[in-house]
Amino acid sequence: MKRLLMTAASAALAVAAVAIAATSHTASAADKLKIGFVYLGPVGDLGWTYMHELGRQAMVKELGNKVETTFLENVNEGPDSERSIEQLARTGHKLIFTTSFGYMDPTLKVAKKYPKTYFEHATGFKNAPNMGTYSGRFYEGRYIQGVIAAKMSKSGVLGYIASFPIPEVISGINATIIGAQTANPNIKVKVIWVNTWFDPGKEADAAKALADQGADVIMQHTDSPAAMQVAAQRGILAFGQDSDMIKFGPKTQLTSITNNWGPYYTRAAKAALAGTWKAEDTWDGLKEKMVVMASYTNMPDDVKKLAMDAEAAIIAGTLHPFKCPVVGQDGKPVECKNGKNLEPGQILGMNFYVKGIDDKILGK
Amino acid sequence: MLLVLEKRAERSAVIAITSPLIAIALTLVTMSVLFAILGKNPIAALNVYFVEPLTDSFTLMEIAVKATPLVMIAIGLSLCYLANVWNIGAEGQFLMGAVCGSWLAVVTNGTGAGPWVLPAMLVLGALGGALYALIPAICKVRFGANEILTSLMLVYVADLIMDYLVRGPWRDPKGMNFPTTAAFDPVATVPTLIEGSRLHSGAVVACIVVMLAAVMLGRTIKGFEIRVVGAAPKAARFAGFSSDRLVLFTFAVSGALAGLAGIIEVAGPVGVLQPGISPGYGFTAIIVAFLGRLNPIGILIAGLFLALTFIGGEGVQISMKIPLDLTKVFQGILLFYVLACDSLILYRIRLITPYRKAADGTA
Repeated sequence: MKRLLMTAASAALAVAAVAIAATSHTASAADKLKIGFVYLGPVGDLGWTYMHELGRQAMVKELGNKVETTFLENVNEGPDSERSIEQLARTGHKLIFTTSFGYMDPTLKVAKKYPKTYFEHATGFKNAPNMGTYSGRFYEGRYIQGVIAAKMSKSGVLGYIASFPIPEVISGINATIIGAQTANPNIKVKVIWVNTWFDPGKEADAAKALADQGADVIMQHTDSPAAMQVAAQRGILAFGQDSDMIKFGPKTQLTSITNNWGPYYTRAAKAALAGTWKAEDTWDGLKEKMVVMASYTNMPDDVKKLAMDAEAAIIAGTLHPFKCPVVGQDGKPVECKNGKNLEPGQILGMNFYVKGIDDKILGK
Repeated sequence: MLLVLEKRAERSAVIAITSPLIAIALTLVTMSVLFAILGKNPIAALNVYFVEPLTDSFTLMEIAVKATPLVMIAIGLSLCYLANVWNIGAEGQFLMGAVCGSWLAVVTNGTGAGPWVLPAMLVLGALGGALYALIPAICKVRFGANEILTSLMLVYVADLIMDYLVRGPWRDPKGMNFPTTAAFDPVATVPTLIEGSRLHSGAVVACIVVMLAAVMLGRTIKGFEIRVVGAAPKAARFAGFSSDRLVLFTFAVSGALAGLAGIIEVAGPVGVLQPGISPGYGFTAIIVAFLGRLNPIGILIAGLFLALTFIGGEGVQISMKIPLDLTKVFQGILLFYVLACDSLILYRIRLITPYRKAADGTA
């Protein structure tokens, strides 16, 4: 046995020795643009990260061998992210997309160290000359979901699985209830905060709890299809999130707000290739097709028409979910500077509920 | 026919030391096979994984940053394990240390407090970790509660306490409701050793901890006591060593070290208190402790080696598009081989042919 171990050990050491001797740097063609992606979840989460991965693939398909891409998945938002981002920067990636809010400060730190590298941070609000931000106007889709949900709910109670009380999530809840109130002024929404973006177990538990409390339409701001599956088992309705989740609830899904990053990634890469890249704050919605509604299913034709009309009106610019007056939870109208609708800054930094939501923002 | 493990009469000192090396070698062979199955050149992959990170100052410093908390926690755990005390909850003690130390950073934030803040934070962190570790220790001594279970379950309690604080009372008012405290002031931040890098003075603290542990285990009565209680509890009782006191002592020390690692991590590379400050350091440190043979110098080497696997894993993800899961597989395989090699050193496998007498149950 000892002899066997020693033989195995010496074989392994020989392999290691060869490895040390080998200098096999994979040289990449100099004219290729190296693009890096930092993902929060696994690429197979079927939600947020999955859609970024599809966006990356769409870009690669479009630009072919002009680009070479790398992604790092499951990068935590704590101590590791700064190193991961810097690893990409120092290995020659000239355009780096960091795809979660929590990467904001680490991205900024690395951007300052690598002024010649372009950084794009999703859903954040800090910039640098070489660091832009991008996000979708997801609240537009939320409004449409609100209209559908209020029409489809028999109990008049909607269930909302929320992740973190950041402005994007708050504005989503508000847009939902504003849309829902157009169809049913007495609509109720119950919110459960799961404090995670991706935890199928917690998401499923929240969906069950909401169903037990009488909600018959479930919507979510978390990334997995778990809630959809629970809704399907309970025979109630639900909306997908991030991706089209129809295969998890063929008789359950009403629609889904899907994130379509491909065109944006392609655009940014093309700009970087052409040398015209600039740090910008991109905030695109249904009109630019960064936010795309999945097919309207499991609803009667009149509801479907209502939803499609709302979508067309938002695209045409004739309907704004946060049209003034927007009434806060305390019954007072929110300040409306331009007289028409809330300003982008008020939506991007939203930290109040509108009237009709029976919940309190944590810590407020 | 029956396979049994039979204790070897004598152990070879040489083999005991080379055992982890054999385990590492076997792991490398297995990894080569895995790389080949994935269609990657194993030699190139191992080169990126294990050699390239050692040839570059950036990755070397990052290895040190990653190894710092692992080594500090593992040193504390090794004291427990040597004394046959099973603290599995270092993760929770790490978090409680981070929480207790951060309290001072949060309340002094923006008040222009002096340079006393950081030392006080470190003391609070160590104290927090130690007190938190004493909960399972006291439960064991007083009520005979199994410390493996209690210390493990307290990890989740610590996690939730921290979660509550950063979402509620300690949340950064300007942080757009994101669950994080405000960025710590410079006086509440662990200084970096080299400008522009993330290598911080915590690495020095870890080295000092290693040296102190080596001296304590090798040269003091306390070290002797730990080893005797662990190896021969009966003899220890005859010698007048109290195993209860030792349970309290080892838990408190390992908790303090984990807590210190926690506050250093938060006040160093992270700079804020937020969920996800630990990617499982408290659990990875258990591997580090055993891989390092529960020996301080061994732990230092093992901690650096495991850190290398993280950094190298990222390297192969970037340059060879090899999935992250392989890094985890790697660590699992490594632990498997370490345990297997250990077993084969202490025991030998024997084939036994059963005979009639044993089969009728009267033997």
